[in-house]
Order: sequence, then structure tokens, then C-alpha cells
Amino acid sequence: MPSAPTKLYADDVSLLVVLLDTNPFFWSTSSLPFSKFLSHVLSFLNSILLLNQINQIVVIATGCNSCDYIYDSSLSTNPGIENGKLPALCSELLKKLEDFVTRDEQLNKQQSQSLPPTTTSSLLSGSLSMALCYIQRVFRSGPLHPHPRILCVQGSSDGPEQYVAIMNSIFSAQRSMVPIDSCYIGSNNSAFLQQASYITGGVYQKPQQLDGLFQYLSTVFATDLHSRTFLQLPKSVGVDFRASCFCHKKTIDMGFICSVCLSIFCKHHKKCSTCGSVFGQAQSDVASASNLKRKTPET
Amino acid sequence: MASGHVIKRAKYKTSPKGAGTPGVLKMTENKIMFKPNDPTSASKIDVEFRLIKGYKNTKEGSNNPPLLNLSLEQGGSYIFEFENFLDLQVCREFVGNALTKSGDAAKAKSGDTAKAKSGEAVKATSDRSTVTYPDEQLISSAEMELRIKLLRENSELQNLHKKFVLGNILTESEFWATRKKLLDGDIGTKSKQRVGFKSSMILDIKPMTDGRTNKVTFNLTPEIKYQIFALKPAVHRAFLNHVPNKMTEKDFWTKYFRAEYLHSTKNAVAAAAEAAEDEELAIFLKDDDILANAARQKIRRVDPTLDMEADQGDDYMHLPDHGIFRDGSKEITDSQHEQFKRTFLQDLNRQGEVVLEGRTIDVELEDPRTVAEALAQSRQESDENAKQERLDRISRMTEMEDLQAPHDHPLAPLCIKDPRDYFDSQQLKTSDDTRAGSEQLRCSLSSEEAYGSLRGSISEIKAMGLSDPVVRPEVAVMVLNGLTQNISSTKFQLGKNAQEGILNSLPNTTKEELLHHWISIQELLRHFWSSYPITTSYLYAKVSRVKDAMSKIYPQLEEIKESVPSDLRQQVFLLVRPMHQALDAAFQHYEADLQKRSAKGGDKPNGYV
Repeated sequence: MPSAPTKLYADDVSLLVVLLDTNPFFWSTSSLPFSKFLSHVLSFLNSILLLNQINQIVVIATGCNSCDYIYDSSLSTNPGIENGKLPALCSELLKKLEDFVTRDEQLNKQQSQSLPPTTTSSLLSGSLSMALCYIQRVFRSGPLHPHPRILCVQGSSDGPEQYVAIMNSIFSAQRSMVPIDSCYIGSNNSAFLQQASYITGGVYQKPQQLDGLFQYLSTVFATDLHSRTFLQLPKSVGVDFRASCFCHKKTIDMGFICSVCLSIFCKHHKKCSTCGSVFGQAQSDVASASNLKRKTPET
Repeated sequence: MASGHVIKRAKYKTSPKGAGTPGVLKMTENKIMFKPNDPTSASKIDVEFRLIKGYKNTKEGSNNPPLLNLSLEQGGSYIFEFENFLDLQVCREFVGNALTKSGDAAKAKSGDTAKAKSGEAVKATSDRSTVTYPDEQLISSAEMELRIKLLRENSELQNLHKKFVLGNILTESEFWATRKKLLDGDIGTKSKQRVGFKSSMILDIKPMTDGRTNKVTFNLTPEIKYQIFALKPAVHRAFLNHVPNKMTEKDFWTKYFRAEYLHSTKNAVAAAAEAAEDEELAIFLKDDDILANAARQKIRRVDPTLDMEADQGDDYMHLPDHGIFRDGSKEITDSQHEQFKRTFLQDLNRQGEVVLEGRTIDVELEDPRTVAEALAQSRQESDENAKQERLDRISRMTEMEDLQAPHDHPLAPLCIKDPRDYFDSQQLKTSDDTRAGSEQLRCSLSSEEAYGSLRGSISEIKAMGLSDPVVRPEVAVMVLNGLTQNISSTKFQLGKNAQEGILNSLPNTTKEELLHHWISIQELLRHFWSSYPITTSYLYAKVSRVKDAMSKIYPQLEEIKESVPSDLRQQVFLLVRPMHQALDAAFQHYEADLQKRSAKGGDKPNGYV
């Protein structure tokens, strides 16, 4: 961790971990071309760095088959302009991104040989975990550190199969007081990101005009956490709190909950697949009736 | 005295203290004439009674001379001094009768003239002289006062009144016609309550004895007669049967009180002896069979779940002295003459029942015959209802609670505290369905193509660099507006806070203007729609007047919309829209009606039907 203790971390210094959705299936259908999207995001990242000299940025690519760090501003050594066209940040990031996409494609090919392609959603849980790991490392670097936050720029829809992992990441972020902001550019709202932002105290934003993405990013997500307390950021109108069942990974609004470990199932099971608790056979009718709980959206 | 005339010697005075002119006062049915003794005197009077408003006179026994003061309608008065109070008395009665007679006639006459007058007035104010209005209702001064009071108390009403009535859009009577309730409501509070029976035992009409002779006097008023009918159906029946065929009313009551007197002496033996002699008297002395029947019926009507036998011991009889005139405990029981003995308890119960029932008829009490008949009629009516009521009651009372299906309703009432809770969740549900569709679309592309295009994008941006204006300024402004509107707009507060309406967020002047327009529009629309279907030319004129007024309000609403700051415009628009819609509907109906009319009869351009 190169963040030297000599650096004076005031309360407006941020560590921004950006999770970029690089799901090729999403971008091939999106109304916003990936190149335009990158242009917006890169400008945004630049402006974050301009806001404070010691602001720090980490970019993690969220692919279909893998996730990886593609940029860390604390590691970049050559500031200045390369090619005369792109800032150093961009060319470095784009190069890494290209490498990442190639690797991800290879992984996809390997997987599709062994398994039929099932998933088209990005591995949000993976990138979230990576972001949290990085932040934990920053926390442990010393008593003074930039205020971390996570920004998910997500486009692909939720993968219910990641429900448990994502929820665990969310709770972990909540525990370490790391807000997860989300900018969802897909066609519908993402329940995962809504819950993530709701639980961690972040901002969930679904831009209506994708060609103004930069404006959204800089207006809503650029300010540091301290300044946020003085701003009136858009509030989410409602949160989809529905869960995915652990057995079939389906999104359900009513299901069965294990009374021991709180695992969620869409059907009654004799035994909890998570903790192994055996549900009484005799009282199964009663148990099923009482354990059937509805999750309702709340604001 | 009612017919003919009165001639008395009297002095005519202009003031009570003056000497006066002696002469002869002659009063006929509709005229008062005074001829002074001195034919040269100017104080000759010849007036009609309808010009006289009222009269006053001095009282006998006071120090004043017998004076009669006739006040005139136009002001001023005639004062006559009579020779004695007897003359004054005669003249006063005559004047009184004459005045009431002529007063009735005058009222009718003045009503006609007033109607004519008001009709003219309306004609004068209206711009269409050809249009005739229905007669303005003659309003009493009391009603006028009430209207003024209402206007004074209610500034909103006053504004409306000023705007529409003084602005010649509505006439006074039209304005108030829609507010009959207001006027009635106020009068309603004044209306007197129906007076019920006195709760004192009217059976205990105490006889008055003069102490010297054996004569006993009972005082009877129509009120007491009515109460007796109500209390004792048997007497009531006897009265209907016997009066006036068998005996006169006076004989009837004499017999009744004779029987009562026998009761009050508590001499059952004597009563029995008397009854044996006179069968009519026996009616009053015997137990009231109608009451007995009623009692039997009532027992049947008692709550079936009540155990009558268990309550039988709870009587009053053994308790000594209740401090009431007739004390049951002192009535010695004699089984032989049981039927001629009424218990105090029966009387007391009957009295209580009648008092609670209250007055069931509403007729003049003067003639006992009509009272008796009216009472009989009202009893019959209630009997018919009673039967059905009893059946209902039994079925209600015998219902066993634990044998019934539970009463709770299968539906829970809809209660949405925050409407967005509901709508958002609905929206999320529908969005799920579309999500599935988009996923399928995604899978249609091969992974190779997808990755290829992604890489293409990356190399494209590498070659092209960042797009020069990252965001076009117009788009940026739009986004910024969208974001800040989300924050500032009251749209997000709507429904969140029940106490804070949209109106309160508006500036005060706008708010008042809006409210005022709303009230005006309501008033006009009420008049507009109540005029349809147009059957008279009067209604036609009224509708077009109201329509003109409404079309004047229309642009005013637009002005309000323009005048408010842009962030509130949306709210004001929402408020104004229903007003516009209501007005549009009225205009549309007006146009449609006009077309129908012109299509039907081109020769009647004025809208006559």
C-alpha cells in the first residue's frame, strides 16, 4: 500500500472503487454504445481525481466469467498525456480492459465447452467482494485513510443465482460502513443494487437519459461522503426487497425460511440445505404455514 | 258585534292630553267615520280599516280616561276619548274584529302589488326587456334579516353574493334558491319542540269541593280530555260510541268523574253497587279490557329470553307509601269486587307509557270528538306495524350467537398509507416480466460476436479518444433539471404528508384566488346545470348569463397558471385542470343544446321550446 502516512487525509478525501459492467451480452443490446459509455465513465474518473489531489480510484471490471482490477490510481506512475489524445489514466485503463475482455472471452469458451452457457449476468458478487477486500486492505493500512465508497455502474440484469453471495457482500459493506452507490443503466431496476444501496446508505440512481450519463455521474456520485451530508441527493422511490430462493435461485416474493439459519426456499423441504436442520415431519403443515413469509417492498 | 256597526259618542283628540273635539264616532265593517258636533270643525275623519295598523287603549282602573288610539299605516294616529269604559270596550272589540278581517284581505292585496313591483324591478335591471321572470317570491322581513345575517357571518358567501347578484349574473332569488338549506336550517333551530304530556298523574284530578254543599266540581280542559283518551282506551271507545248519540258530552264526563270519584273514595263495594244500577257507569268502573288485551300482547312482545316468572316477585306492592296521592298499599283487596278495583301500579305504568309515547296526533284540541277520532286512527296504524315488528323481534332475539356463522367480513378494508408503496411494488412486478424478455434477446447473440463488438468499442475509443464534449450542454441541462426536480419538486412529497396539501405550498394570493374561483365556478355550475332542460325563455336567459360569466372566469384561470413560478406550475395546473374540465363540459353541453334547438326549430331563434 503506497499511501504514505505523510499524506494528510482530510474528511473529503475519497477512495472510489468503481465496478464497471463489461458484460458483452448486455453491451451488444444496450442503446448506449460501450465506447460512449467508456467516454462518460473515463471523464468522470478524471474529474474525481481532479476534485482532490489525493483522491484515489480503483476500477474493477465485472465480467461474465471473471472479475479483475483494471486500474488503481495509487499504482499509476506516469501522469501526463500519452498519444496526445488520451490521458494516461485512460490509455492505461483501456489497455487493461482490453486484456480483461480477452481473458474473459477465453474463460467463456472454456466454460461453454464443459457446460452449456447458462449465465448471462455479470459477476457482481465477485467484483463486490474484490472491492471490499481492497477496502479492507486500505482500512488496515493505518489510522488515516481515504473514505472508501463503492460505485457500481451496472447494466446487466440481476443473476438470482448470486443472491446469497451478493447479500453477504452487502452486509459486509454495511458492517464496515462502506456505502454502495449504484448507477443502473439497464432497462429495468435492479433489485440487488437497490437493496445494496438501501442497506449500506448509498445512492441508487437509474439515469433516464443515457447520453447524459456523465452529468448523472458527476452530479450524484462525484461528491465525497462528508459533503454528501449537506446535499439532497435523489432518494430512491422504492426498493424491491424480494429475495431469491436458495434451492432454485428464483426470485420469489413468498417462500419458506429456515428457522435456524434463515435460508430462503421456494418449496417446503424436509431438511435445510444450508445448515442441515431437519424440519419436523409431523408439524410440516403447521410449520409451512407459519414459515411462509412475504417480503414486501418498502420505502 | 261582528255585523252591523257601532255608534258612540266620543271626543277626537290629536294628542292624549289635548281637549279634543266632541262628536260621534261611527264604525261600520270597513270604515271609521267621525263627525264632530260642530259641523264647521275641520277634524272630520273618514278612513278605511285597511289603513289602520293597530290600536291601543287605556285600561279600566287606571287613572287615565277611556282612550282608544288607532295608529295609521302611514304614521300618525287617531285618539278617541269615550264617555265611559263600557263604550271603549265595545268599540275596542269591534275594531279588533274589523282589523283582523281587513288585515287578511290587505295581505293578499299587498302581496299582489309587491309581486308586481318586484317583477318590474327585475325587468328594469335585466338587459333583455322581453324576458319575463317568474314571480320573485315575496320574502318576509324575517327571512331578509336572516339572509343579511348569513351574509354577514360568511364572508365567502358575501363575496359570491356581491359578485353574482350585484354583477347581475344571478338574481337575488336565484342565489338564495340554491341555499334553501341554509335558510331552512336556521329556521329549523327556531321551530318549537312538540310539547308532550305532563308527567304528573292526570288521573288524580282533584275534585274541588266548596265545603258547604255535597257538590263536587271537576275542572276539565281539552288538554285533560285528550290525555284521558290516551290513557284509557275504554273511555275513548265509550266516548266514540255514546257521544253524541246516546248522551251529551257533558253527561259523559259527569258519569266519568262520578266513577272516578267512587274510585277515589276506595269504596269497592259502593262502586259495585253503583255499577249494577247503571251500565254506562260500569264501563268506567270495570277494568279496561282494551288495556288488558294490550297488556297480554305486550307480554308476548317481551324479549323471549327473559324469564318472566323469575321476575314476578319483584313487584312494588309490599313497599309502603311512595308519597303519591293514591297509595296502592292502602287499597284493601276484596276478591269479590276485584274487577272494580284498579291497582295503583297499573295506573302508574299506564301513565308512564302514555307520557313516554308522547303526542301521536296533531289536531286542534278544542273539539273532543275530533280528538277522539284522530286518536283512534293513529292507534290502528301502530297496531299493524306492531305485528311485523314482533315477528322481527322474535327472530332477532332467539338468534343463538354461537350457532351463527362468524360475522367478520372476508375482505379487509383497503388502507394505503403511502400510495407509492403500492404503486411501486406493482411497477416492480410488471418490470420483472419485461426483464425476462430482454434476457432472451441477449442470448440470441453468440458470445463471440458479443465479445468482438465489446473489443471493437474499446479499440474505437482508443483510436478516437474521448468524445469532445463529453455531454452535450442541452442534455446536461436536461439531466440536471431532472435530478434537481426530483429533489425540489413537491411531486415527491405528494401523498407523503396528509396535512400538507398542495394548496399550502402555493403563495397566499394564488391560493386565495384559486379557492375563490373554485367556489365561483361551483356556484355558477350549480345554476347552469339546474337550468336544464330549458323549458322557458327565462331559463334560457339565465343559462346564457351564467355561461357568459363562466367564460369570463376561463381566461382568469389561465392567467393564474401563467403567473405562478415555474416550479409550482405543475401543481397549479393539476388544480386548475378539473375546473377547466368542468367548465368545458358545461360549454359543450350548452353548444350541443343550442345546436339541437336551432335544428329543431329555425323559426324560434330565441330558444323557445
